[in-house]
Amino acid sequence: MSEKTSVLPCRKAFSEALFELAKEDRDIVVLTSDSRGSASVENFAEHLPGQFIDVGIAEQNLISIASGLAGCGKKPFIFAPACFLSTRSIEQIKIDVAYTNRDVKIIGVSGGVSYGPLGSTHHSLEDIAFMRAIPNMTVILPCDVNQTKALVKSLLSYNKPAYIRMGRNPVENVYDENIFFNIGKASLLSDGADATIIATGEVVKTAYDAALILRDKGIYTRVIDMHTVKPIDEEIIIESARKTEFIVTVEEHNIRGGLGSAVAEVLIKRLPVKMYMAGIPDEFSITGSQKEILEYYNITPEGISNIVLKELRRG
Amino acid sequence: MEDIDISFLENKAKEIRRNIVDMIYHSGAGHIGGSLSSTDILVTLYYKILRIDPRNPVWTDRDRFILSKGHSVEGYYTILADLGFIDREELKTYCKFNSRLTGHPTVKIPGVEANTGSLGHGLSLGVGMALAGKMDKKDYKVYVLMGDGEQAEGSIWEAAMCAKHYKLDNLIGIVDRNKLQIGGPTEYVMSLEDLSAKWASFGWEVVEVDGHNISQLVTVFESVPVKYNKPTLILAHTVKGKGVSFIEDKPEWHHKIPTSEEYTRMIRELNQEDDNVREDIGSAV
Repeated sequence: MSEKTSVLPCRKAFSEALFELAKEDRDIVVLTSDSRGSASVENFAEHLPGQFIDVGIAEQNLISIASGLAGCGKKPFIFAPACFLSTRSIEQIKIDVAYTNRDVKIIGVSGGVSYGPLGSTHHSLEDIAFMRAIPNMTVILPCDVNQTKALVKSLLSYNKPAYIRMGRNPVENVYDENIFFNIGKASLLSDGADATIIATGEVVKTAYDAALILRDKGIYTRVIDMHTVKPIDEEIIIESARKTEFIVTVEEHNIRGGLGSAVAEVLIKRLPVKMYMAGIPDEFSITGSQKEILEYYNITPEGISNIVLKELRRG
Repeated sequence: MEDIDISFLENKAKEIRRNIVDMIYHSGAGHIGGSLSSTDILVTLYYKILRIDPRNPVWTDRDRFILSKGHSVEGYYTILADLGFIDREELKTYCKFNSRLTGHPTVKIPGVEANTGSLGHGLSLGVGMALAGKMDKKDYKVYVLMGDGEQAEGSIWEAAMCAKHYKLDNLIGIVDRNKLQIGGPTEYVMSLEDLSAKWASFGWEVVEVDGHNISQLVTVFESVPVKYNKPTLILAHTVKGKGVSFIEDKPEWHHKIPTSEEYTRMIRELNQEDDNVREDIGSAV
C-alpha cells in the first residue's frame, strides 16, 4: 500500500500514459465525441492531431468509425462519458466492436455517479451490466492512478475489445508505482478469515478502508480488487468462499447485473456462500456530489464495515 | 479488369439473379426484393470497379466494400463465391444450421469487411476505413451500399456530416433507391424526398444514376471522386425485385419466399435470352 497521496483523476493518468505510447506508435488513434476536455485528451488534439479524431456529439458514429479504423490496422481508443457510451452506442458496441471482434478500446470516463449533481442522464450505473452481457467484451475498472498507468501498457498488447470505466474526480492511490496490470487476474489487497470484501473501480479504496476499521475491532477480512469484472477471476472467488463464509461486494453501479451479480454467478454454480451486494439500489439515484451520493447509499468505509459487523454478530 | 465489357457484366447479372432466386427458394430464407434491386450495382463493382484480390482478401491496399443493407446478402455471397473468396459449394449451406453464410454477412467470410444487418452502421464503418486510408496515405476507396429505407437511421446522417468534415473523397456512398421498404413505399412509411438535396446539403457530391444500367454505372463509378475533397453519393434509381416481372415493385416481395410454382416462373423468366421477352405484362418499368 502506498501513502495516501491525493493525485490525479484516473482519466488524466490514462490519457497521459497513452500519449507517451502514442508518440512511439503511430497506429494509436484517439477518438472522442466532443469530450476532449472531460476525457483529458486535449494533448492529442494539440500535439498528435494526425492521431486524433473528434466526431462531434455523435456517439453511434464514434464507435463504428473506431471499428472501421481497427479493421484497417489502427489501434483506436475511444474516450467519452461512460453514461453516453454505454447506452447511446450500445448497439454499435455489440455489433461493430464485439460481434466483429475488432480491437477497439472503449474508455468510459466520469463513470458511476461522478457527475453526481447533473442527474441520472449523466450517471452510468448500468454500464457493467450492459457490457458484461456482450460476448467478446472485456470489462475493466481501475481504482487509482498507478493501476491505471499499468493498465494502459497492458491494454496495448491485449488485442481484444475492452470497456474501461473510470471516474471523474481525483482518487487516492491504492497501489504503488510501477505495478503490472494482469488483465483477468484479481489482486488480493489484504487477507483474513472472517469475511471477504470484493470491490471494483474507485470504491476499492472504500473497501480497503472498511477492512482497516474492522481490523481495529479485531476482525480480519480478505479484500479483493476485482479490477477485471469480465472475464472474472473465478479462482480467487472460490478460494475466498472456502476461507470465509461471507462475501460482500462493493461497486458504484446498480446492484442488478454488476460486480455482485458476476460474483454470485460464480458462487452459485461452484460454492454458494452468503453474500451482500453493496451498491446503488435499483432506482434512479438521488443527486448530490459523488461523495454525498455514495454516503447516502452507505458505500463508505463505515457502511461496508457495518455490513460485515452485522453479519458476524448474527453468525 | 479493364477489358471486361458491358455485355459480360449484363450476363453476369442475370446469372447472379438466378442464383439469388435459387438460394432463397432452396433455403426458405432471404430478402429477394432488395437483393434483385442491388444486383447490377454489385456486379458492376465486383467485376469491373473494385481493386480486390480473392487470393488475398486482407490485402492492405484493397478497396473496401460494405454491404450496409446487410439483408441483400444472396447476390453478395454468390459473387464472393464466383470470384473465389469462398467455395461455390458453400453457397448450399446458406442459412443452414451452423453455416457461416448467415442471413446477414459477417467478417468470418473472406472478403466481407463488416458485420451488417442492423441498418445504419455501414456508412460510419466506411468513414473509419476511409479515415485510416487517409492517415496511411493509401489510395484505396471505400464503397458503402445502403438501402433507401435505411436512410431513416439517424446514424447515417452522423456519418454523412463526419465524412464531409474530414473531406473523405475516398468514400463513396451508394443508395439502392428502390422506393420500397418492408412496410410499403418509403414515401408512405417515412418520406425521404428530396433525398438528393438532403445529401447535397450535407456536403456530398451527388450523382444520380439508373441502377440497372450497367454502362451508366460503370461510367459513374469510374468518375469518382467527382470532386476533390468531397465524398460522393451515388443515388441509384432501382426497381425492387428487378428481373422478375411479377414481383417487381411489389412491397410483399421484400422477403417473401417463392412457392415452387413461383420459383419455376422466376427461373423461366431469368433464363430468357432477350431482356424484352417478359413473362407477363404490367411490369413496373
